[in-house]
Amino acid sequence: MSTNNTVSENHSTAVNHEHRDDAGRKMGMWLFLFTELLLFGGLFLVYSIYRFMNPADFSNGSHHLDVFMGALNTMVLITSSLTVALSITAIQKGNAKLALRMLAVTILLAIFFLVNKYFEWGHKIHYDLYPGTDLFKALPSGEGLFYVLYYFMTGLHMIHVIVGAVILVFMGKYISDGSINSSNYTLLENGGLYWHLVDLIWIFLFPLLYLIH
Amino acid sequence: MTNTLKHTDFYDNEGKPAWKAWLTTTDHKRIGLLYFYSLTVFFLVGVLLGLMMRFELISPGKDLVEAQTYNGLFTLHGVIMIFLFVIPGIPAVFGNLTLPLLLGARDVAFPKLNLLSWYLYIGGAVLALSTLLVGDGPPDTGWTFYAPYSVKTGTNVSMAVLAAFILGFSSILTGLNFLTTIHRMRCHGMTWFRMPLFAWALYATSWIQLLATPVVGITLLMIVVERWLGIGLFDPVLGGDPVLYQHLFWIYSHPAVYIMILPGMGVISEIIPTFSRRRIFGYKAIAYASLAIAFIGYFVWGHHMFTSGMSGPARIIFSILTFLVAIPSAIKVFNWLATMYNGSIDHKPPMLYALGFIFLFLVGGLSGLVVGALATDVHLHDTYFVVGHFHYVMFGGTGFAFFAALHYWFPKIFGKMYNLKHATRAFWLLFTGFNILYFPMLVVGIMGMPRRYYDYLPQFQVPNVISTIGSWITTAGLIYMIVVIVKGIRHGEKASSNPWNGLTLDWQTDSPPTKENFDAIPTVTERPYEYK
Repeated sequence: MSTNNTVSENHSTAVNHEHRDDAGRKMGMWLFLFTELLLFGGLFLVYSIYRFMNPADFSNGSHHLDVFMGALNTMVLITSSLTVALSITAIQKGNAKLALRMLAVTILLAIFFLVNKYFEWGHKIHYDLYPGTDLFKALPSGEGLFYVLYYFMTGLHMIHVIVGAVILVFMGKYISDGSINSSNYTLLENGGLYWHLVDLIWIFLFPLLYLIH
Repeated sequence: MTNTLKHTDFYDNEGKPAWKAWLTTTDHKRIGLLYFYSLTVFFLVGVLLGLMMRFELISPGKDLVEAQTYNGLFTLHGVIMIFLFVIPGIPAVFGNLTLPLLLGARDVAFPKLNLLSWYLYIGGAVLALSTLLVGDGPPDTGWTFYAPYSVKTGTNVSMAVLAAFILGFSSILTGLNFLTTIHRMRCHGMTWFRMPLFAWALYATSWIQLLATPVVGITLLMIVVERWLGIGLFDPVLGGDPVLYQHLFWIYSHPAVYIMILPGMGVISEIIPTFSRRRIFGYKAIAYASLAIAFIGYFVWGHHMFTSGMSGPARIIFSILTFLVAIPSAIKVFNWLATMYNGSIDHKPPMLYALGFIFLFLVGGLSGLVVGALATDVHLHDTYFVVGHFHYVMFGGTGFAFFAALHYWFPKIFGKMYNLKHATRAFWLLFTGFNILYFPMLVVGIMGMPRRYYDYLPQFQVPNVISTIGSWITTAGLIYMIVVIVKGIRHGEKASSNPWNGLTLDWQTDSPPTKENFDAIPTVTERPYEYK
């Protein structure tokens, strides 16, 4: 320890008194979400420009997407946003059990989304509708671009769904071991914010890819 | 004071083995030093590649390397210097080392995230350098990875592009960390307009890192996916638009130029008042100018594409916006000059590097207006004039600001002092060599010599020989400077905690600082730089 007593005292108080800044932690999360929006923003820009250049081909392409499946997945994600928000409210009110349950429902909905997506992609791949096949090469170039963007955008979104679900699994672990509780729940709020982002991006992807003809 | 605390400064490993204490540290000063040493290594690799290029250009025809090797050289020189040195440069090293000290905080807002940024940086760097050793040779596209060539070439583009993606992620996390730190961790009494100007510069820089980098991230991912899956996002044969790639690339990469220069300007704003013993002139103007540069910088990317095929009105608008950036930049320069007016100027090495910065940045900035103007750019586009301009801004600007920061904060970080006489001589050698190296490039560019060729017409030889000789003098200057710094770290005399009599908070604590930076969190009652 230090030879200077007053100094060492100051030091130990500084170390022991771990300063927690919930607003700062949330701010960091919001800043990170900006970067995610801009990541997808680049793709939305490319989509808009190629749509402007090939309106007929894009319209053809979007007619081949299954609006029912897309709408179902939209409902699933919006519901999961609700359940994650309920989980946060539950922990704020000290009900860890309910918070865990709501989190479990959210994760189940995420898995449902992924399974649905698997069938959607699988259906197209079954018909050879993916880059590299003869069918794909025979498509008009604009329609090819549409499918490339479809796979790219929904694929990148899918990765975010998986990451988000894994984050929520960890949140569940922290709730069970008590490190997320009614007086310290910023981590769960941040996890929830990430999940809302996953939802929000899908709400833009759905009309862009499925609905606009 | 310093003596009694010697064993509790931030170099103390607290009983852990040294490698573990350093590689798992979350102390902002240690992370800053990790960045410092790794950046120096990559900088030297970049210098070596540059030296080889200059040697190849000593006479027309083949001298040292084949054309294809030369293509790899200029690509890797660019990738290493830009993504591994200039972009992380001042924020990652000196931002990490000093930002919490300047704000009166104990650390950055997210110390663990800070360490993660460094690991991402190292991961990206290893990936970038390994393109040299594995696969089908280093990328040969230039650091801009322009499509469709980057999609078609057989060289190691995917790996280099992924490296840039990872480095971008590291840069984003550093920006996020600094923004939160500046918003949340300023000490008592430090209002926004009592912040040191380096903190202001880092603030503006961090916003650019945060908001521009994701765009290039997704663009580079598109290149990788296009190469792997053989799809046509940017390949015109398959319906893609290569000019769109250029737009997306420069939407990030022009703001990135301000990621590179703004922190440098912040360093200069610290040094000038300290070594002029004068209150900084136009504090608010300099702070706002940082924000203005960051903001306007988003809207000028098109000036890289005047010859790529854009509509007339678009080109004129981009040209006008480009000229607007000159206004906040000039505001800073005039404020620095006004600060020095009637000051008692002390020509110590940090001040010399700061003055060198102003001179070289002036040449770089004004030559930037020449290529920002539509008519002259059509003549000068892709000539050596652009190379000269860019190196005056990036090496003469950011590079010299980096050296200025190193000489300024050296006693604070290492608790020792380098040899002032030799450091001064090293500066003059470097400054002279720099101008001999890069000024002929401006001339030979106007004469019409295109860039990115390993060969040239015989009439361009004289300026090329002068430039190559300049590259040797510059290298000698760099080696001299490094020797002075290394000797200073090893055997330098003990420095007092405030050898330059600075007034900002970084100088009000021990040298080197303790792990906690301050014994008690300080309180600020006035603006920085109130020299009387």
